[in-house]
Order: sequence, then structure tokens, then C-alpha cells
Amino acid sequence: MLEYALKGDKKYWMWVGFLGLLICIGAYSYLQQFQQGLVLTNLSRDVSWGFYIAQLTYLVGVAASGVMLVLPYYLHDYKKFGNLVVFGEFMAIGAIVMCLLFVIVDLGQPLRLMNLIMNPTPNSVLFWDAMVLNGYMGLNIVVGWASLEAQKKGVPYAKWVKVLAILSVPFAFSIHTVTAFLYAGIPGRHFWLTAILAARFLASAFCAGPAIMLLALFAMEKTTKFELGKDAVQMLARIIAYAMVFNVFFFFLELFTAFYSNIPGHMHSIVYLFSGLDGYNAMVPYFWAAAFMALLSLALLIPSTTRKCKPVLIFALIILIAATWIDKGMGLVVAGFIPNMFEGVTEYMPSSTELLISMGIYAIGALIVTVLWKIAVSVKKEAAA
Amino acid sequence: MKTNRRHFLKVAGVTAMGLAAGAGTAAASYLPHYDHVAPNHDHLTAGRWGMVIDTRKFHHKEDFLPLVEACHKYHNVPTIPGNQEIKWLWTDSFHHSFPNKHNEFLEEKMHHQDFLLLCNHCKNPPCVRVCPTQATYKRADGIVIMDMHRCIGCRFCMAGCPYGSRSFNFQDPRPFIAEQNTDYPTRTKGVVEKCNFCAERLAEGKLPACVEASEGKLIFGDLNNPESEIRHILAENYTIRRKPDLGTEPSVFYII
Repeated sequence: MLEYALKGDKKYWMWVGFLGLLICIGAYSYLQQFQQGLVLTNLSRDVSWGFYIAQLTYLVGVAASGVMLVLPYYLHDYKKFGNLVVFGEFMAIGAIVMCLLFVIVDLGQPLRLMNLIMNPTPNSVLFWDAMVLNGYMGLNIVVGWASLEAQKKGVPYAKWVKVLAILSVPFAFSIHTVTAFLYAGIPGRHFWLTAILAARFLASAFCAGPAIMLLALFAMEKTTKFELGKDAVQMLARIIAYAMVFNVFFFFLELFTAFYSNIPGHMHSIVYLFSGLDGYNAMVPYFWAAAFMALLSLALLIPSTTRKCKPVLIFALIILIAATWIDKGMGLVVAGFIPNMFEGVTEYMPSSTELLISMGIYAIGALIVTVLWKIAVSVKKEAAA
Repeated sequence: MKTNRRHFLKVAGVTAMGLAAGAGTAAASYLPHYDHVAPNHDHLTAGRWGMVIDTRKFHHKEDFLPLVEACHKYHNVPTIPGNQEIKWLWTDSFHHSFPNKHNEFLEEKMHHQDFLLLCNHCKNPPCVRVCPTQATYKRADGIVIMDMHRCIGCRFCMAGCPYGSRSFNFQDPRPFIAEQNTDYPTRTKGVVEKCNFCAERLAEGKLPACVEASEGKLIFGDLNNPESEIRHILAENYTIRRKPDLGTEPSVFYII
């Protein structure tokens, strides 16, 4: 089926070429970082993880969100997702490739990556994260490809495809739970040491991931004239709204625990994010913007009148993505290191190298999703014709 | 030359024998043979190494300098300015060193006093727990130590250490080493490093460099031996440890 990716109109090839250019820029930046080391980042002794690991965290959520289509379709037989479910699986593949690349560019010694496999260490969460991410990626490749091939041949998918699809449901939950455990099991980092972190991660994943997917699907609908189906879109929008309600609610739980208990360690990072600490306040404008956008997105997504209006829905999805990205793709990792282990503050903002490399990785992800979606749309159109 | 079956077999046989002999010698030279690595009988041993820092004997910031210098010179610790620095042994204020000992009405002299900081060589080290390659591990004698050749530079241990004891080589450290000590290796870029309680000196029967330079202000010994000097000192003096509430069980104690 890969040949479908090679047959496209001018717009398709321009988009692919544009992504290729971004990938080249990112690759060049990475070459420099590879030679000179992470000195080119703005990471420090105090903030030892930053933009790369934050993107990993955010994209694990995007990958896990494929399950919001797989679960209703394969487990509850919600047929209206039948046409979309493969797009969710294929987006998960792109997201996981990005996750793995973000781990690799964050390593000080990337050539020693295989030490992770050669010296398997079950007590390290990072080992389990690598296992479940690769497992989930494998499941999505097999299930997505096999179901699409069945559709191409005009036959129902094999029984084992459904078995693997259902197996991918717990895997999706596990990838984000394990990613949360990277943080939630560390003594002394109060901002992360919270039992609800995995639940928060899942809630934000199940709103942000489908939101990104829905926007991409709208773009695809426009460029390829492929009908998504009104009911399917509204169902996905409802799922996004519910997940965002949980996401915001869980964050309020964090606020209550920290501020009612009045324990300094639990409050410091949150205070840093919303009003600054010891005069350091680089994150403050971002976090107020995120809070405002989160609440506004809820106000637009919960009432069915606004949710059903497509331009409003698109706007709500965009601000939802921005709000969750600031929360998880920036604040969560950085604020975990602030204050540092000596109750001092070292601030962090990504360097141009970090941003360019990240841009390149996002372009790789977009290219993978573009190619896979192109194949899926071509097969579906041919099958329908 | 005419190539026939017999000739081919002859050449193949001789080649195979030669390869086998070569491979055999090569393999033999890689097999571990311990006869030439006689254990050093002077090496110092313990059930669990620990350190007591007598903070009453440090009066000025300068009092710490010989210790820090001895450590950093011996271990080729580079002097890198800014927040990507590398340090094994350093000092900080009371508030920064013991952040869970907040006291509104702290004794006046504590506001001006500095404290010596280093890896705590915890009994339950979180850095060992999180390391995905076992590059950081705990030895039978309690020393938490690193294999710099196995470290992939993921920096999970830096997030995991509640004491900020770990440094990362953001760049090649060698240009930042003023005078290289050839008895101890330098590091490459992209790996984490920290205090190792001078494991290499203990193996030669010597005390850690900072202990030697402290002229009695630091006491080093076996925490598991009730008859050791360090245990007597701990029994006779009130000591505190950094962040004991985290359950890491540090092996570094401070006499206040």
C-alpha cells in the first residue's frame, strides 16, 4: 500500500517538501549538538531536564489518545468511528516516533542508547517506559496496517486484529501512566510527588490528543474531500470536553492539597508558576494565559450549541491545545526543578538549538502522519468507489 | 595454477586451522585471568562507609578551601563557570543545606556559617533506583559509585537525587582542567559524575582526599562497626543529616 504515498498532487508534494526542509534544519542543529554536547541547550545543573523531555511527556499523551477512537470502536462497537479509527492509530505511530526521538536528542551519550537494552534494569521507570512505548507502537503499526489492508481487499479484518486492538487499550493507558511514574516516584521533587499525576496525565492526554487529531482531520477533510461524518466529529468533541473537565478538576485538586495544607514544599512550584518565586517569574504570563484558555475552552466545549458550531469548535480546540501544552509541555518539567534542591531558583527557557531540533522532530512526526494518512485516505476512497 | 577440488580443500583446511589458532589466542587474551591482579592487602574495607563533618571546627569560608581543592584536583573536576558547573565537594548556607530545618529564630551564627556538601552515599539511594543502565550502583561497602563508560547521560539520577549532588558534563570537560592528575581518569562529555568517597584511594589504603586535607575536621569510618571511631563520635555528639524525612538514609552526618 506504500505506493499510495508516492502518488499525490502538487499541494501534497509542497507540504512534504516543506516538512523535509524543516527536518534538514533540525538535523543540522542536532549535528552541532551531537558534536559540542548539551552545552548548546539552556539546561543547567539545577534544571537538568527541559524542553525535550517536556515534549516527550506531551507527545506520549498524544500517542495514548488514539485509544479514544480504538476503545469505542473495538470494545463498544461504536460503528461511526469505523472510518476514523485507523487515523488515530496512525497518529499514535507518528507521536511515538517523536517521543523516542526526543529521548534520544536529550541523551548526553546517544551512541550508548542500547545500554538500556543490554543492561535491562527493571527498577528504573525509564526502562519500562521504553518497553511500553515500543510495544504500543508495534501494536498500532500491526493493527492499523492489517485493518487497512483488509479494507483494501474488501474483506472484514481478521479476528486477531481485534484481539491486538483491544490489547492496545491497556497499553495506551500504560504508556502515559509509566511516563507519569518517571516523575511521580522521585523523592524530594514535591511538584511531581503526587499520586494523581498519572490520572492528570491521562486526562490531559485524552483531551489534547483528540483535539490535535480532530484539527488534523479537519485539515485532511478540506484537502482530500474525505467525509469524516458529523456524528463521529461530535462524539470526539464530546470526549474532548469531558476529558478537559477532568483535567481542570484534577488540577484544582492539586491546588487544594497544596494550599489548604499550607506545606511550603507543596506550594512553592505552583507559586512559581502563577506569581513567581524570589523575584523569578518567567513562567507567570504563560501560566495565566494557560489558565484563562483552559477555562474558556471549557466554556465553549461544554454547551452543545457552541460545540456544534464548527468555527467555534476549531477555536476552542486550538486554545485547549495551547493551554494543555503550556501546562504539560513546558511547566510540568521545569517547575518540578524549581525551587532546586537547595530552595534556590534557577530559571529555564529553551535555547535556539533546543527549539530548532524540536521543530525538526515535530516535522518528522508530521511527515510520518502525513504519509500514513495519505495511504489511509487513498485506500478508503478506493474502497468506497 | 589449476584449481581442482583437492587443491581447494587443502587451502580451505589450512586457512580454517590458521583462523582457529588465531581466534583461540585472541579469545584467550580476552578471557579474564586473575593471577596478575593480586588484591592489595593495604586496601581499607568497611561494611558501610560513612562520614562525620564536625561543623564546629570550620570557622571561615577559607577553612573549606583546602578540602575542596584536594578533592577537585585529585579527581580532575573541571572549573566551569555558570550554572552548567561541575562540583563534587562544595559549600552552602544553613538554609540551603538543610531546607527542612526552617527556624524563624535561628541562632545568629548559623546565618553566617557555611556547610560542606557532597554525595551522601545513601543507604537507599534514589539515583541507583532510577538509573536505567545500572551505570550508578551501590557497592557492598555502601559507596554509591558510577561507571562512566556505561552512563548514557539521561540525567534521571540528577532528577532523582534530593541533594543536588550530581553534575552533568554538558561539554568536554578537559579544556577546563587546569592541571591534570594522571592517576585518575578525566571524563567525556555527556556523562554524569559525583563524589565517589575516594573509592580508588581506599583501594590503596588511603583515606579520602578531603578527609586527609581536613586535619581531623572530618571523620571517616565504618558505620557498621560499633567499635569504630566514627561510631564513638556519633554516639557522643548530636548530629543531623540532610533531608532525613525522605528515607534515603544518608551516610554523611553533621555535628552542629
